[in-house]
Order: sequence, then structure tokens, then C-alpha cells
Amino acid sequence: MASLDVLISGIGQSAIGRKLDRTGLSLTIDAVLEAMADAGLKKSDIDGIVTFPGRLTGSMYSFSPVGCHELIQALGLEVKYYTGVWEGGGQLVAFHNAYNAIKTGQCRHVIVFRTIAEGSGGTFWNDNNADDGRRLRVNDMFQYFYCMDAHTMINWMAQYVQRHFYLYGTKREQMGWIAVNARRNAARNPKAIFRKPMTIDDYMNAKMLSTPMCLLDCDPLTDASTAFILSSSEAKRDFRIAPVKIEAISGSLNKVGAWDQGDLPRMSATESAKAMWAQTDLKLKDVDVGLIYDGYTFLTMTWLEALGFCGVGESGPFIEGGERIGMDADIPINPHGGQLSEGRTHGFGFVHEAVTQLRRMGGERQVKGDPEVAIVCNGAGIVCGSMLLTRQ
Amino acid sequence: MAYKRPLPVLNDDNRHFWTSGAEGMLKILRCPDCGHWQHPPQPCCSVCLSRKVAPQPVSGKGRVWSFTINVRAWFPDMEVPFVLAIVQLDESEEVRFTTKLVNVDPEKVTIGMPVEVAFEKDDDVWLPFFQPAKS
Repeated sequence: MASLDVLISGIGQSAIGRKLDRTGLSLTIDAVLEAMADAGLKKSDIDGIVTFPGRLTGSMYSFSPVGCHELIQALGLEVKYYTGVWEGGGQLVAFHNAYNAIKTGQCRHVIVFRTIAEGSGGTFWNDNNADDGRRLRVNDMFQYFYCMDAHTMINWMAQYVQRHFYLYGTKREQMGWIAVNARRNAARNPKAIFRKPMTIDDYMNAKMLSTPMCLLDCDPLTDASTAFILSSSEAKRDFRIAPVKIEAISGSLNKVGAWDQGDLPRMSATESAKAMWAQTDLKLKDVDVGLIYDGYTFLTMTWLEALGFCGVGESGPFIEGGERIGMDADIPINPHGGQLSEGRTHGFGFVHEAVTQLRRMGGERQVKGDPEVAIVCNGAGIVCGSMLLTRQ
Repeated sequence: MAYKRPLPVLNDDNRHFWTSGAEGMLKILRCPDCGHWQHPPQPCCSVCLSRKVAPQPVSGKGRVWSFTINVRAWFPDMEVPFVLAIVQLDESEEVRFTTKLVNVDPEKVTIGMPVEVAFEKDDDVWLPFFQPAKS
């Protein structure tokens, strides 16, 4: 018996905006119906649904305003399996769970979606200093950051970056090329939030937030929903567009799940990349396009080192000048402009672009040479996931 | 409205870390069975799984492992700039945590700089901030 493969058979995405006057559920339905139509599937074909991280409430609502439950209800779905969990391999834990459900024969066609409303609703630590004078009390691992006045992930991340600069001589003039490359590519992406050309000088002159990180090291908050259909290779085969196969998928957590306890500046990406390569005969030289997380510029550098694009500590010189990551590189990085320029779709936008590129439907931003293999990385820091996709 | 930082919910696991400043010293959990310093606090040793981990006084001296100068005021009335650092304690490479550096010129902070604890009382908590070591 041929082994059962897990395919990405459909993709869909809502509008991406800084502030869309739309509910999260409405954006989700846009994305999911588009993905179902893209796969050529009917409502009755769907037997599973997975999201990341599941519906949240209170100050975290805007981070994930829609869960499986509401979508099952809205679309009148009858599913055998649904889950929305935070713990796992970064945002890609949703793909990992759907993958497992299909691999074990529990499902044939699974919706995987991620909706975010941070453009309208702001980020989750906004309530740390309530304007009514109430004093917030914290009882999870965030107490060791918030109570020391380290409120944002930018503060946590900046210290990884500083350590990298210290150990390896990395410079802002190098790190900025991740942002410049993203912006250069976004000019060819009509959905990107930031398309105005940007130079390395613009980056160097941008407003500093937490040294050595400036505003242009960070992705813009958005309202958006991105959805996929994952299908079993044993199910219907006449998809509207040739599907893409999940060749390998992995996720990892630093042994200590706190931002200041990791093996700085090494992060969870190292273990995830190792686990992913162990699942496949493909090597980095076989990869044609890289969709590598850039919620912060430095995370992409971490991945480049973890995946083997360059040695540990060598990502600064590797990206300097932008040629080795640009559209003419052996492995172009983030042709859609990444989250830095397209907007913070929080991981799922990278998968969307990977499938688009493997289908060779990237239009003006299609990478050269008829790509067959794409790598997708989400997260980094303390938790992350990575995935290798191949054209069928 | 003046900036008021969040404070921890005190419990049996973390109380020593947030309140030992009342005795003028910093305390960190240590495992009496294998000697492992356990931080962040938790009710067992992550190396040998002993349940006997207990707070033990430390020198309060350490070095800057990494740092950042926070420039942006994330909340109204938050005074900036200020320096955040990950400090590694002299007792063990296993113990490092995020803290705020006080009584320091931000431009003079370097990785490896010797620092010592400088408690700041806030409500029922003694925050273990750090300052440059007095030689």
C-alpha cells in the first residue's frame, strides 16, 4: 500500500489591513470559503477543523478572536475532529495537528485557519497598565518580565539580538537587510500593507524602540484571516489545482519555556530545523524558495543559521547587501514581503505564499526556475515550527 | 495616571524571590540533593526531580549577560529611557533572569559588566533590580 500523504489542496485569505471594519468571523469566512472553493470541495467534504491558538478572551481577544466552535456553527459543519491549541510547534502546531489527524486516517479534508485582529484591537500586553489605576497581578511566567518593566516581546528579543551582536560582531547595518529585502519584494504584492521603497539608510534612521531594535525590525499589526484545506492523498484526487505535499513538519520548544533562559542567542529554531531535516531525504540545496518568519528581523537570521544557510553567528555577513536573500538568490526569501511588509498574519501568510510559489502563481513576484520545494518557518524565540513543502 | 507596573501573585513557589528583599538579601531555589540552582521557581528540581528545593540566600552579585536600552514609553507616564538586562548570578551559570538596571548611565552598560542587586519596594513586593557593582 502506498503511504498516505498529507496535501495542501486549497488556500484562501481575507483582505489584510491595519484596521478593517470587519469582524474576525467575517474575515475568517472569507478565507475559509475561498480555500474550499480553491480546493474544489463542498461543505459536506470537510470532516475536520483546526486553528491556532483557539479563541481567546479578555485582553488576548484580538490575538485570536475566532475559534473552531464559531466556525463550525457559522458554516454548519459536521466534523469528526477539531482543535485549537497554543502549545506546540509555534503557529504551525495547527498544521501539525491537522497532519496527524489525516495521517492516522481520522480525517480526509481538514480546514486549518488563523485569524488575527490586532490591527483593530492592539496587542495583548496593552492591559498591563490599565488607565483606571488598577494594579494588574500576574501569576504565570510573564511575571518575571512584566514586573521588571519588560512588557513587550521587543524588549525580550532585543537582548537576544544584543548578545548576537556581542558574540559575533553582527551590526544593525546587516540586520536591516531583512527589512529592506521584505520591502523590496512587497512592491510586487498588491496585498502588502507597506509597499513604499525603503533603503538601508531609512532603516538606520528609523525610530529606536529598544536597542538595538528599531520600528522597522517589527511587523505591523493587522486584521486578517488565512485558511487552508489539508487533504489526505487517499481522498479525492481531482483537485482544482495540483496540491502541494507536506514532506516534513516539526515543532520545538526551548527546554526552559521562558525568554531569558534559552541558550542565547540560539533559539528553538535549531531543534525544529534538525527534526525537520531528519524526516526527509531532501537537503537545503534542493529548496527553491524560503518563507521564513520575520515577525522581527532577527528571527529570520536565527532561522538562516538553524537551517544551514550559513554557520552559527554568520547570518549578519550572509544577509548584508541583500543579494543572498533577494529574488535572484539561490533561495529567495519571502517574495511576498514577509510579515514585515505584507502585515502580521502571524505565520500563516508564509504558508499561503509558499503554496502560491509552488503553484507558480506568484505573478510579478514569482521566483524564477519553476520551484519544486519550499521551506516554511514560523516563530523562533522559545517556540517554533518548520515545514518542507513539495510540488506534486 | 502614573505608570503602575504589574506585580506578581505571590504563592509558595515564588514568594522567596519577590519578598526576600525585606531581609536585605536575594534568595534563589536550590536542590539539596543534587545542588542544582532552580530558576524560575518551581516546586521540584528539574534535574533530579527532588521535591526538597528550598530558597537559599545568594550574594546578589552577577554580570550582565545581555541588555537593552528601552527607549519607547509603552504606557503614558512611563519614564524612559531605562535599561533592561538579563543578569547571570555569580553563584551559577544556571541562574539568570530579566531585571531592570538602576543607578546607571545607559550608555555605559556593557555585556559582562559586574552588577549587584538593588531592591525596590513596590506594594508588597521587593523587586530585585540591579545596579553597577560597587567594586
